[in-house]
Amino acid sequence: MIHSLFLVNSSGDIFLEKHWKSVVSRSVCDYFFEAQERASEPENVPPVIPTPHHYLISVLRHRIYFVAVIQSEVPPLFVIEFLHRVVDTFQDYFGVCTEAAIKDNVVVVYELLEEMLDNGFPLATESNILKELIKPPTILRTVVNTITGSTNVGEQLPTGQLSVVPWRRTGVKYTNNEAYFDVVEEIDAIIDKSGSTITAEIQGVIDACVKLTGMPDLTLSFMNPRLLDDVSFHPCVRFKRWEAERILSFIPPDGNFRLLSYHVSSQNLVAIPVYVKHNITFREGSSQGRFELTLGPKQTMGKGVEAVLVSSQLPRGVLNTNLNPTQGTYTFDPVTKLLSWDVGKINPQKLPSLKGSMSLQAGASKPDENPTINIQFKIQQSALSGLKVNRLDMYGEKYKPFKGIKYMTKAGKFQIATR
Amino acid sequence: MDEGKKLHVHDKVFLSLPLLISIIKLSTTAILFYDSLAFHNKHFCTLAKRQMLSMSTNNLSYSDQGGTDSAVEVGQETTPTSSNAGAGFGLFSVDFKKNEDLKEMLESNKESLKLEAMKRVVGLIAKGKNASELFPAVVKNVASKNIELKKLVYVYLVRYAEEQQDLALLSISTFQRALKDPNQLIRASALRVLSSIRVPIIVPIMMLAIKEAASDMSPYVRKTSAHAIQKLYSLDQDQKELLIEVIEKLLKDKSTLVAGSVVMAFEEVCPDRIDLIHKNYRKLCNLLVDVEEWGQVVIISMLTRYARTQFTNPWKEEGVFDERNERAFYESDEEKTRDETEAKPYMMDPDHRLLLRNTKPLLQSRNTAVVMSVAQLYWHLAPKNEVSIITKSLVRLLRSHREVQYIVLQNIATMSIQRKGMFEPYMKSFYVRSTDATHIKSLKLEILTSLANEANISTILREFQTYVKSQDKQFAAGTIQAIGRCATNISEVTDTCLNGLVLLLSNRDETVVAESVVVIRKLLQIQPTQHSDIIKHMAQLFDNITVPMARASILWLMGEYCERVPKIAPDVLRKMAKSFTSEEDIVKLQTVNLAAKLYLTNSKQTKLLTQYILNLGKYDQNYDIRDRTRFIRQLIVPNDKNGALSKYAHRILLAPKPAPVLESAYKDRDRYQLGTLSHTINTKASGYLELSDWPAVAPDQSVRNVEVIEPVKEWAPSLGKTGKSKPAKSSDDKFYSDSGEEEEEKGSGSSSSEDGSSSSSEESGSDAESHVQKNSSQSSEESDKSSSQSEKSSSESDSEKKERKTKTPLQKKTVKPTAKDSDSDENGNIAKEANSSSAEESYSDSDSDSESDSDTHTDSDSGTEHKKETKSKAKPKVEVKSTKEVSLLDLGDFTPAPVTQHKSSVLSPSLLGDLEGLSLSNVSSIIQVSGPAFVPEKSHDLLHRMTGKGLSAQYQFPRQPCLYQPTMVSVQISLTNTTDHPLEQIHIGDRSPTGLNMHCFNTIECLEPEASVTVFMGIDFNDSTQAANFQLCCRRKLPLSGLLSLLYPSSSSSPF
Repeated sequence: MIHSLFLVNSSGDIFLEKHWKSVVSRSVCDYFFEAQERASEPENVPPVIPTPHHYLISVLRHRIYFVAVIQSEVPPLFVIEFLHRVVDTFQDYFGVCTEAAIKDNVVVVYELLEEMLDNGFPLATESNILKELIKPPTILRTVVNTITGSTNVGEQLPTGQLSVVPWRRTGVKYTNNEAYFDVVEEIDAIIDKSGSTITAEIQGVIDACVKLTGMPDLTLSFMNPRLLDDVSFHPCVRFKRWEAERILSFIPPDGNFRLLSYHVSSQNLVAIPVYVKHNITFREGSSQGRFELTLGPKQTMGKGVEAVLVSSQLPRGVLNTNLNPTQGTYTFDPVTKLLSWDVGKINPQKLPSLKGSMSLQAGASKPDENPTINIQFKIQQSALSGLKVNRLDMYGEKYKPFKGIKYMTKAGKFQIATR
Repeated sequence: MDEGKKLHVHDKVFLSLPLLISIIKLSTTAILFYDSLAFHNKHFCTLAKRQMLSMSTNNLSYSDQGGTDSAVEVGQETTPTSSNAGAGFGLFSVDFKKNEDLKEMLESNKESLKLEAMKRVVGLIAKGKNASELFPAVVKNVASKNIELKKLVYVYLVRYAEEQQDLALLSISTFQRALKDPNQLIRASALRVLSSIRVPIIVPIMMLAIKEAASDMSPYVRKTSAHAIQKLYSLDQDQKELLIEVIEKLLKDKSTLVAGSVVMAFEEVCPDRIDLIHKNYRKLCNLLVDVEEWGQVVIISMLTRYARTQFTNPWKEEGVFDERNERAFYESDEEKTRDETEAKPYMMDPDHRLLLRNTKPLLQSRNTAVVMSVAQLYWHLAPKNEVSIITKSLVRLLRSHREVQYIVLQNIATMSIQRKGMFEPYMKSFYVRSTDATHIKSLKLEILTSLANEANISTILREFQTYVKSQDKQFAAGTIQAIGRCATNISEVTDTCLNGLVLLLSNRDETVVAESVVVIRKLLQIQPTQHSDIIKHMAQLFDNITVPMARASILWLMGEYCERVPKIAPDVLRKMAKSFTSEEDIVKLQTVNLAAKLYLTNSKQTKLLTQYILNLGKYDQNYDIRDRTRFIRQLIVPNDKNGALSKYAHRILLAPKPAPVLESAYKDRDRYQLGTLSHTINTKASGYLELSDWPAVAPDQSVRNVEVIEPVKEWAPSLGKTGKSKPAKSSDDKFYSDSGEEEEEKGSGSSSSEDGSSSSSEESGSDAESHVQKNSSQSSEESDKSSSQSEKSSSESDSEKKERKTKTPLQKKTVKPTAKDSDSDENGNIAKEANSSSAEESYSDSDSDSESDSDTHTDSDSGTEHKKETKSKAKPKVEVKSTKEVSLLDLGDFTPAPVTQHKSSVLSPSLLGDLEGLSLSNVSSIIQVSGPAFVPEKSHDLLHRMTGKGLSAQYQFPRQPCLYQPTMVSVQISLTNTTDHPLEQIHIGDRSPTGLNMHCFNTIECLEPEASVTVFMGIDFNDSTQAANFQLCCRRKLPLSGLLSLLYPSSSSSPF
């Protein structure tokens, strides 16, 4: 399966390597570098690169390429999924997954990689288990370790590894027992120039932060479970129960985890919470173009639209812009031609707008394409799909936990065509 | 950075050297080093020398080189902070010093120093620096007490042992010792490292260790041994046969932990030994949801291959009714009924159905690889009308990471060519976003093109229009090709597309225009008649188009249809003659072609031009063009020698040519199994295993029937393991000796004789629980497992039942030599009486065995009717024969009376407390029951009411965390009083072994007749599989007690 792993930074240096079988020379990465050079954007490097003797499967996260070397047939998704799991683990351990963080914790990284794969086959990828095997580095622990000489490495096989609930460690104790659930929905949409929706879908997740003592058994029920037609679960969720009663019943892992993710597809009607009026024109022969943009709320169920950020890739012919926002700040990068406007909160009484002119390259003909506008926003306390949690119950433990549920809607890939 | 802090004198010198320092000064220092190093390492010197030479010419380039090449080759480490110019030198000095320093630290007495040193060594390894010379110093620490230090040493060993084989041998004895460690984590990691050391000499040791670990008590260690199999195999292929034996044994393992790893080993070592899978097929299917996600992927892909060799083609009929194919997706129900009504002979094998049913829930997995592997399983195995259930899940994966999208889209692209209907409802999910990466965009385009049909083409074309305007020109070009494909596939829109493409010819972007020209050329070729206008238009554009492929296309079109544009073509040729020398090769070739064709059709106007172009071509630098020119000249210009050929020139050059077929690049990808690497790269990857075609006739299905083949095996697939340990026990001997005469015998007084017979045989569920009561952990573990097996498989489909029926007689035959036995059994009472006297007899392993078998076949848990049925069926078998190993129930009294199964009610622990009563006790008979249970809903007899003189006890593992202590397993016991007088003071008496920590329930004061109560116990099995024995005491007229043993549930069922 996975033979070796190379970590490559954005400037093309290998800063970490790990081999699970015989050592593969790092020159194998030359094929990767070639592909990297050929690609116009970092994202365009193909995830699977065949070389004469190996296959390179890579993922790009946090501007680091994780390049796995494969020698024989293996499902590529297997490797890709594993690499993403590695990144998630690093992020979990170090807070961020950057080159510096990895270099600083190279020993922990190595210990982790050693535990996660045996002979190229995943061994322990569950974060609760890993944390029992290798304690995450904290400042306090580092100090304690240097004084007492104790280590970060657990001596016992984590109980979860063998138990029926491998995702939860045993003997968890908290003074404050609390369980928080965040229902976060992202809306992906493509809106055409006339403002009608071409496609819109909602990708939702329920992220949980559960800090409960002992072995609680939770059930979560929804007001309208029928919305959850296309779901994927954390392994802790009892699937049978869901099938039969549409209730989520589970023994949660300790700490943060993603309970489920769901998808409300384009076939359902999705309310679009904002609208954009735009008027971007280039006149033939003149070196001026007009730019007008107005934002407004629409179907937001009375909740305010916040943290609005508009960005747009203007055509190459645009030299500079001279625009006036009624609120917020805007920037235009003449090199990358990226216009971004940080609007902030939309006030329904006074709609924010951005108006002004663009100067074009003199003599050049008018640009063919009109830019697409990408929008980001947040709406607190509302889930666009209308999903609502009914109640959360706990069994198996005697104390009363503190429960909290939060809803949020965000823009995912929300784009508007202007032509 | 650690290394940074450990700078040494020399290094500091370099650091302080300003960049401006003269080259001369630098090189003198370098020479100093060179001298000091000379005695140390010759190779090093030469390198240094070479470096210095190059340095004197170019200081900068030197240091670069030093930073990369020499660092790796010489095995030293650069100090990251050293200045650019000094880096090359700093490297030599510092590293030597540093490694010395590391060596000292490693040899010191202080743990902390050693740890610090090892951390730095690991840092070196991580950066790909060579630290192999520290090997002797490091390997000494392999026996360290400090776990972290040990682990780091392991990391080092695994990395360098291959290079330093002799020294690596020093560590072996440590591992051998650790393999016997009581801590399973240490055993496992010792095996991991031992097997990762790629030193051929230790192959026998590894082999031994693997064999031992394969029968380890801890499933975690067994899992490790499965991994070790692959490592050993890659080290020494001669061990294959021995390893297959181990694999065979591990395949029978019931632990979900082991399943994935052993299948992986199977795939690596002996993927062709399908026969090993037969007996484990149903078990694997049933365990699948509980296996960890990575194992699921491997098992599913193995089962896909397996199924293709074992089952018949479920698509056969559909091949006949081809037109209906498409409709099947939409009207699956209808299709189904038709399937039946039209009397199709195809009947799906129940095992085939089992696989499909058990993989389906995994479509909800969060692991994209699992979802994909289920999807490919359905694609390759499911009847056509069921495949569409994977669509939704695959589309969901598109929201995942970019790389995941890429792979999933590729697979969808392949699927959508064959089965448009599957993805058409989700068309909008494939709309391209401006933020997508280029390869994602082109895949989406590919899929949209495949999905296009008469109904949705207008929507798709509208969408394509916006793509053409995209700033990503490569993508825009791709879109134009896609439009071309739509135009050819759907004749209604050909004209619209063509007009649209012609409009694009006036686009400002060159790539767009060029691509349009190429596509138009292909389209025109399909229906050239009405389109001379377009050709003319293109000729006008010719001057503005610079992309070679487009120019070549226009020239070709001119030549091909020169008769339709008789005026323009010669003019174009004239222009080309002028610019011939500056054109690209491909354009030149087409110019020559054009010239030849015009010469043939219109020689009056073009003769001279042709001559001129041919002359130019004759002296071209490119030999293709020279060749072509020579060929054309001979062909078209008549002379004496080749007159024969030139007669045919017209027919050769202007023959009607078939139109190109525009088709997807994913057209033939389906020859590879979906989801595989080979599919992604569209070539056969090494180690790719072909998916075989469906067999015309299904191979014998009965091979998968675990129990029929070999009566002995039916009980415990893990026979091999126990077989060895068994004979040592005297009690076991009894089983064998009995086997001939086996009737129902009960060890009535069985307290001392461990082997007793279970009266509870009537209950198929409870039978499974009967076990060898001995604490011999191995045998109990076995029985535990096998019973789990029976439970699992009990969930199999109804059709199984039928199967069972047919099989039962068969089994009888094979199994039982004495018909008399069965008779007597059927009149259970007689038999009982006869046997009751012989107390020492272990009566029936056979009983429990055969029962459990039958259990495996039927849905015994699903309903009581089933149970009864099983019961009656199973009975005849009961006494038939004894298997080697057995689970036994020792019962004081045996009455084969029908038993009403009591389902224990589940009460919350707090309630239980209230219900508990009080009294005192009296101990009489000891009953032995060992029971396995995994599924919470399922309860097992602990004490039968007959044996318990009216008190019956059932237990189940509710799979809840235990309240009393986290390490304890909670056991729920429900006690029922079936007598007509109250039972008092029910409590737990003596227990054994003492090592087990038990939390007993409070004494129940009084249990009224017909009343039942549920209590909870906590038992700490210490992660072992030993049985927990205890006495259950109560007071009443007839004293009663039971020595009960409970087994730890080694495998589990998951939330699914």
